[in-house]
Amino acid sequence: MGCENIEFDQGWGEMEKGIEKLKRILAGEKETPFTSREYMTLYTTIYNMCNQKAPHDYSEQLYDKYKKTLDEYITSIVLPSLKDKHDEFMLRELVERWLNHKIMVKWLTRFFHYLDRYFIIQKSVPALNEVGTTCFLNLVYEDVHPTIQDIVLSLIDKEREGDQIDRALLKNALEIFVEMGLGQMNRYQDDFEARFLQETTNYYSRKASKWIEEDSCPDYLLKSEECLKKEVDRVSSYLHSSSETKLIKKVQHELLVVYVNQLLEKEDSGIKVLFRDDKVDDLSRTYRVYNKISQGLDLVANVFKQHVTIEGTAFVQQAEEATSNQASNTPGGHEQVLVKNILELHDNYMTYLNSCFQNHNLFQKALKEAFEVFCNKTVNGSPSAEILASFADHILRKGGSEKLSDEVIEETLEKVVKLLQYVIDKDVFAEFYRKKLARRLLFDRGTNDDHERSILSKLKQQFGAPLTSKMEGMVTDVVLAKEHQSSFQEYLRNNPDVHPGLDFTVTVLTTGFWPSYKWFDLSLPSEMVKCVKVFKGFYETKTKHRKLTWKFSLGTSHINGKFEPKPIELIVSTHQAAVLLLFNASERLSYSEIVAQLNLAHDDLIRLLHSLSCAKYKILNKEPSSKSISQSDSFKFNPNFTDKMRRIKVPLPPVDERKKVIEDVDKDRPYAIDAAIVRIMKSRKVITHQQLISETIEQLSRMFKPNIKAIKKRIEDLITRDYIERDRDNSHMFRYLA
Amino acid sequence: MLLFVSVSSKAKIKGLEKIDRLFNTYANSSFGMIDPEGIEALCSDLGVDYTDVRILMLAWKLKAEKQGYFTQDEWQTGLKALGVDSLSKLKKALSDLEKEVEKPSNYEDFYTYAFRYCLTEEKQKSVDIESICELLNLVLGVQFRPQIDSLIEYLKVQNDYKVINSDQWINFLRFCKEISFPDLENYDAIQAWPLILDNYVEWMREKHS
Repeated sequence: MGCENIEFDQGWGEMEKGIEKLKRILAGEKETPFTSREYMTLYTTIYNMCNQKAPHDYSEQLYDKYKKTLDEYITSIVLPSLKDKHDEFMLRELVERWLNHKIMVKWLTRFFHYLDRYFIIQKSVPALNEVGTTCFLNLVYEDVHPTIQDIVLSLIDKEREGDQIDRALLKNALEIFVEMGLGQMNRYQDDFEARFLQETTNYYSRKASKWIEEDSCPDYLLKSEECLKKEVDRVSSYLHSSSETKLIKKVQHELLVVYVNQLLEKEDSGIKVLFRDDKVDDLSRTYRVYNKISQGLDLVANVFKQHVTIEGTAFVQQAEEATSNQASNTPGGHEQVLVKNILELHDNYMTYLNSCFQNHNLFQKALKEAFEVFCNKTVNGSPSAEILASFADHILRKGGSEKLSDEVIEETLEKVVKLLQYVIDKDVFAEFYRKKLARRLLFDRGTNDDHERSILSKLKQQFGAPLTSKMEGMVTDVVLAKEHQSSFQEYLRNNPDVHPGLDFTVTVLTTGFWPSYKWFDLSLPSEMVKCVKVFKGFYETKTKHRKLTWKFSLGTSHINGKFEPKPIELIVSTHQAAVLLLFNASERLSYSEIVAQLNLAHDDLIRLLHSLSCAKYKILNKEPSSKSISQSDSFKFNPNFTDKMRRIKVPLPPVDERKKVIEDVDKDRPYAIDAAIVRIMKSRKVITHQQLISETIEQLSRMFKPNIKAIKKRIEDLITRDYIERDRDNSHMFRYLA
Repeated sequence: MLLFVSVSSKAKIKGLEKIDRLFNTYANSSFGMIDPEGIEALCSDLGVDYTDVRILMLAWKLKAEKQGYFTQDEWQTGLKALGVDSLSKLKKALSDLEKEVEKPSNYEDFYTYAFRYCLTEEKQKSVDIESICELLNLVLGVQFRPQIDSLIEYLKVQNDYKVINSDQWINFLRFCKEISFPDLENYDAIQAWPLILDNYVEWMREKHS
């Protein structure tokens, strides 16, 4: 051979031999595989033809011939084979032809390999492999891909409806789409995936609209879970992995997002029924399924919130209706029931939160928001803060309505504190609680100190010291007062000549801790005047720097009534006692005479006289004996009064303090807002209006929720008082003035 | 050289003399300053009503501290700054003064001054509603007639405020300048406007709904 140039036709003739052999192999005809020798000959032919000196360097022509060979093969063999086939058969044929084509390209590439090494780089033309794919793409794929897409989609549809299909075939077919992208996914996406996703959407939209009518909520969820599983399986079986996210999203949307409210609010099987029937599994499934959808849990949490809100509000309504159906003076039995119901509701849903909803913060938030709705409603004029305080009071009273064990009491008090977090007007609660605490400490002998301190420390922990500091002072006061009292007894023993002759105890309280009580300029009976004087004498030996203000309205007296049938001991308030003792000196007294002697205001006196002459126990006889007191009435001691007991308590109904409590709290709020603003300004020095507002609300949130107008008013006031000023250049900024 | 100096200082003294002489025409000799009576006389000589806004502007130019009074110092400094030393010159200067005040760089200063001028008692921080209404009319009435009329109507009708502080005052001007009227569309109560203006806007919106 040596250095002789190979002529093109001659060389190509050699190649053609090899090519024909290859075609025969591909056609399945009897042929021996290529031997090493044959391969080397073909390779070398190309090599030589490319390394000859110009004009005998045939690289370009060979490159063209390579392409033409493929084109010609496709046109003459491949296309006709596809022409008459349909459906699955066409798919099968195409897959086979593509496989063959790839083999052909593989072998031809080997023969023509030398072109890949230099020519394609030199001329910046596509590599042989790429040319191979492009030929198929242009001549076959462009022609058939719409039909192929149709066939594939209809097979998928068949499978969705339950039929078995040839998954391997589909996998191979779809791989063609991918490979036709020459490294990009665009052919797969444009020629198949886009329509596939659309048809998937349509398919599941149809199914969903049918199932939502027919199926129960749990069944629907089960079906949805199944469908999603199947689709994931579909991807791993024959779709390209990149389709998974898009596909699942579409399916989730059609099945679970579009109909979420209808689904979860189903009358007979929706969320509320699942809760009612304690279907923990179904609830967990709901969470699980929606957790996989972006923002899916928001949807469920929303339905959850509405459900809880409706339940809570129903209890409130129940209490409202029950109370208004009864006489107005019934003690708040219905409110007690309401609080019990709400506590139970809370327990229940906290359990669900943990067992079904993984304590997810979206559900925590939903629960909180739901409770905030109905825990701030007024029931028959009583604000929720008062109701809660009454409930706590009821439990802490000696005995309560049922004999509860210490543990149960502790538990319940803990729950009350938890419930308080949902009440916005915590300062109103604190004030009602304080008033009731005062009554318990002063009148309810035998209150359990441990429980009292325990709930106060729980409140302090949750809501901070400002809420409870005064109350703690009150509890301590009572303990100290007992010590004082022992001291006083000792003093009396040591000074028998100053003993007033009456058995009496004094409870000294620190004014600042206790609720404010009206002061009455009551003229005491002389026996009591003596007592007061003696105590004053004693107290001055103890301390010179304190002033005593006597609140007789809080006192209790035991009076022996010498009634004709039998003597009875009367337990009355000191004010009532003052009225009764007047009758030791006079048999009959008119209203005006009583007023003159006692020096009380009409409202107060009427209440007292009513309790002694028109209520359950008629200690005094009234002329005329009408049901209410008028200023022209007269009163006489009733000697015939009797009762089966030897000792009775004559109640004096307390004045309705609700209005005053709310007034007092309202009066204090501006000061609290002022303090918060000044604190914030002091630490920040300069701040924007928005931030000031939001930080003020945040700081005060443990006590109440100030509205923006109230805060703005305080800002105005603080500006007038030169605590803060508005920035000259930035009208929305404020500066602290030291 | 000495002559030159003495001439100019003589001129100075002479100029000051005229100013002082003018001062003494109106001053109350026992106080050593021009009192309200004197100002009234000055106004009538100037042919201006003593409630005219130009007198307020004069007070501003003089940096007068106490309402209704001009001290000798204030008079001297003020008239020198105006470049006048006679009644006729002062009369002419008044119209120039108006233009000077209306310059944006001066206006806010004058507006703030007008409020301070009304704080007649020691430690007084706020001005009563009645006086504020008059002042608003005087100072802003010409430029912002519709806003001021409406605002004054509101101030007289409302019960929440009996006095106005300086922060609220300065925001009245801002309100007129920034908020479109009468639709009030770009007013947002969430922002740092004083509460009194929030209430005013609410009242306006209710009226026109």
